[in-house]
Order: sequence, then C-alpha cells, then structure tokens
Amino acid sequence: MQNRKILEEKFFLWLMRLVTLSIILVFLFIMGIIIKKGFHAMTWEMISQEPKGGFYFGKGGGILNAIVGSLYLALGSTFFGLLLGLPVALGMNVHWITKTRFVGALRFLLDALWGVPSIVFGAFGFALMAYLGLRASLLAGIITVTLFIVPIFIRAFDEVLRTVPEGLMEAAYSLGANKTQIAFTVFFRQALPGFITAILLAFGRGIGDAASVLFTAGYTDHIPQTIQDPTATLPLAIFFQLSSPIPEVKARAYAAALILTIIILIISVVSRLSTRRFKKNIL
Amino acid sequence: MSASYPIPGNKIRLTESFDAGFLEEPSFKAGSLDADGQIEQSISTPQQNAYSTNDQKAPAILSIKNFNVQAAGSTILKNINLEIPKGKITVLLGPSGCGKTTLLKCLNRLSDLHPSLKVNGKILIDGEDIFHPTQDLTKIRQKMGLLSQRPFPLPMSIYKNIAYGLKIKGIRDKKVIKEKVEKHLKDVGLWEEVKDRLHGPAARLSIGQQQRLCLARGLAVGPEIILADEPTSALDPISSRKIEEEFLRLKEDYTLIVVTHILRQARRLADHIVFMYFGEVIEQGTPDEIFNHPKSDILKQYLQSGH
Repeated sequence: MQNRKILEEKFFLWLMRLVTLSIILVFLFIMGIIIKKGFHAMTWEMISQEPKGGFYFGKGGGILNAIVGSLYLALGSTFFGLLLGLPVALGMNVHWITKTRFVGALRFLLDALWGVPSIVFGAFGFALMAYLGLRASLLAGIITVTLFIVPIFIRAFDEVLRTVPEGLMEAAYSLGANKTQIAFTVFFRQALPGFITAILLAFGRGIGDAASVLFTAGYTDHIPQTIQDPTATLPLAIFFQLSSPIPEVKARAYAAALILTIIILIISVVSRLSTRRFKKNIL
Repeated sequence: MSASYPIPGNKIRLTESFDAGFLEEPSFKAGSLDADGQIEQSISTPQQNAYSTNDQKAPAILSIKNFNVQAAGSTILKNINLEIPKGKITVLLGPSGCGKTTLLKCLNRLSDLHPSLKVNGKILIDGEDIFHPTQDLTKIRQKMGLLSQRPFPLPMSIYKNIAYGLKIKGIRDKKVIKEKVEKHLKDVGLWEEVKDRLHGPAARLSIGQQQRLCLARGLAVGPEIILADEPTSALDPISSRKIEEEFLRLKEDYTLIVVTHILRQARRLADHIVFMYFGEVIEQGTPDEIFNHPKSDILKQYLQSGH
C-alpha cells in the first residue's frame, strides 16, 4: 500500500515534469523559428520606415505603418474597452451584489461572447460600418476590436474582484462608505494586479487579432493621419507578406512576427513592474 | 465533557431534539409545556420563553422588537426581543451557528448584502428604526463600529485606514485628520508601535496589531456602539488580552456588544449576558445569574461542556 502511494507520487511528478518540459520546448521552438527566419530581415529600416515602392517584391522600406497602426488600434480599443468594462466589472461585484440572478446571467453572456471567434466580430463590425456609413478605417477597427475585447476585460477583472474577501467589504460598509466609494477605494485597489492582468489580456488579444480587423481597419502603406483613414496592422502585415512567394518578403513576415512578440513582451514587463509598488497594500 | 445538546448546524428544531425525559424540571417552563412535556407553544411568546430579568437599570440604547430573520425557508432568528443597555458590555453567548453573528450584522444592516435574508421586526436606535426604508445607512452605520472575527485592514496605509472613515464623514481638514489618527491610535495602544511607519501598508502589521487598527478605525468615525464579532478568535492570547482590556476601558464612553462562544471571555467582559440557541434568546441576565444560577437546561448543558 505504502509502495503504491510512492509510485503514484513519482508517476505524477514525472508526468508534470514531462508536460512542463514539452510546453517550454514548444515555446522555444516557436521563438526559435521566428528568430531564425526573421532575424536577418530585422533591420533598422524595417521598424523605422513605411513600405517603399516595390516593398512587396523585396525592395526597400519597412513596416512602420503596421507597427504604428497596430499600436493605435490596440491602445484605442483597450482605452474604450476599459471605459466600458470597468463600470460593469465593478458594478457586478459591488452595486448589483444582491441581484445574483442578473449578475449570473451577465457572466454567462460575457463568457459566451468571450468564446465567439473574432471573425464573427469582424463580420458584425463590417455590418455596423455599412449601417453607420463608415469606410474601412482606424475608427471602425477600434469599434470592432473594442467590442471583441470588452467581454475579455470584464470577465478577467471580474474573476479577481470576486476574490475580494467579504469581510473587507463589510468593514468598509460599516465605516459608512457608499457603494461607489467601496468600488473605487476598496475593490479597485485590492484587485489592482488583476486589473493590470485584465488590461494586458485585452491588449494582447487586440493587438494580435487579424480576423476582426481584416474588413474593418483595411490596409494601407501609410501611417493613418486621422481616425477615418484605413490602417495597417501587424497581424495582417504578417499574413500578406507570408503569402508572398518571394523569400525576402517571407523573411520580413517573420521579422514582423518578432516585432509583435517583442511589443507584447515589453508591455507585460512594464506593467508587471508598475503594479509591484501598488501590491504592498494588499491584504 | 459529555455535551448532549444537539450540535447547531444540523438544523434540528428544538421541539424535535428534546425528549420528555430530558426536561426533568418542567416547572420553570410553566405555561409553555404541553401534556407531553415538549416545548411547543413557547416560541410564540418570547417574553415567556426568554428568562428575562428586569435588572437592567441602564437605559437601553438599542431596542430589538419582535425581530425575525429567515433565509431560504429556514428561520435563523426567531422573535428576538432585547434591550441593549447603554454604556455596558452586552455579551451574546451561544454555540456557533446559533444566530449571534447574524443578529450583530443586522444591527448595522450588513444583512442588506445578503439578498436571501428576509428580515422583519424592528430594531430601534435612539428611537429610530434601523430597517426603515428611508433610513440613512451611512448615518446608522457610523453610529456603530464593527470589529470582525478576522481583521480586515483596508488596502491602504495605516494612516489612511483611519482617515478613510473621517473623509466619508466629510472631514477634509488635514490637521484635524492627523490629530484624530494619532488620538485613536493612542486609544488602542498602537501609536507607539506604528508611529514611525504610519504611511506604510496596514497589511504588514501583525494580526493582533491589525485588529487593534480596525478598532481604532471604527472609533474614528465617532460611533456610540461597538459591535464585536468574536473579535479575538483569530488572535493569540496576548493580543486577545489587549483587545479585552481595551473593551473594558471603552465601556466608559461606548456601548459594546460582543459576540463570543467562549465562556471565560464572557465572564471577564460582560455586564449583561444574552444566551442564544438555535436563533432564539433562551436566557439573559447578569454574569452572576447566567453562570451561577442558570435556569434553563440548555444553558446548564452549555455551561457544563464549555470552558
């Protein structure tokens, strides 16, 4: 009996080691391929210039248009997603806490929306554009991506807000605080690391998604000057260049993928560091 | 230690859990026992079933009248009628799960946070009904400071924990806030320990210090009553003793309502004891009456098995 327990323990320990190792290997493999295929195309020109004539046939220029376009799009939609999502997430945990059935239904709906593929949001955005009379533009892209990331942001933040202890809420109420004070001074502060994670998750999904911007944001070789201009995005830049038969262009697709990965990495690290100083007050 | 009273939480009704043989002295239940010796009608007339003694000379600060709480079909509090004497320590005593905490939380309407709780009856503070629909909750809650089983400092600095309630009251003057923070930290004997790190996080304090901070935070809003829900249950004996000593000092200026299941703590603190069991007030009186002359069998059992 004792022997069996030890064997069981050993089996699962090795299983975990094996699985962890394979995940790390897969990750390294992906990174390795991107770096190997894209590194020699990673030039200063690549990140500092718009595409020049004949860029898609292997001539000069870079993908600054897509880098800036993606940042505009992701920052814009994260901002609006936050604006829409923050009140809902706080409301679900503070103001509507006695309306358990309503909040339950809302959670179910948001979970369902989280699972909807982004191409569906793209199609919806496209229909909305026709209705509003918009062309493929930065604005239409931001609207679509916002709708796409709002459920992600709300549910990710909501899950952290739910872990705020009931006793803390009771303590704040018994000091005479009203619901809005409690939402912003207690819940928001206590759940701040989760808030940052939720933003990151939403931002990452926004910047990395191709399908939702395919019809709505369009594609252009220029950096958008107004919100009504179409804009290039990194995922689409990767897609278009990767479908080219010319090896130089293909290599640039991998360089673009590397840039996208680095952007996400930088944002993760910066936000992790910035939350560290807020974490100290948390119970 | 052979306790034979039923364990709360099993949701056994009183009438089912006591057989006739258990009640050997039915005389003290006069009028509330039927022919089979079972407690039947007793619950309908609380004045009869609760052994109240009219020893309370102090005027009542809180009056609880015909107070009932139900949740999901089961009764949590049944016909509570209590007068909480002003300037005294009233101890709510009873086994876990008997409704003491629920009663305490109804006093400052934390019960609002639980939609499943159905409340009826009245609780009057200074003649005002706490449960009146147009009642100003902030005002009611600031009349009472809550100390919970485990300390929950707000996610901010020590200083801000105390300033929080003051700011809610509309006090903006930094000098006044600073003075009050110092005064209330001194009140709970925490000033010397934290004066050099007032702007450090409250979460870094030890659990005993956190509990005293929570007490100071409650005192800062200027309450009349302090509600304490097993305030020492998470603390070590030394920290517990500090809190108890603090309570005895606070009695000069405040009314305290302390929930506990610890008999010795009740003995040390109480001016008035209310013994509760399965959502009912079984007996109340002075510590002498409760500990030395218990009248009901349930209380006798509880005293025998307790510590």
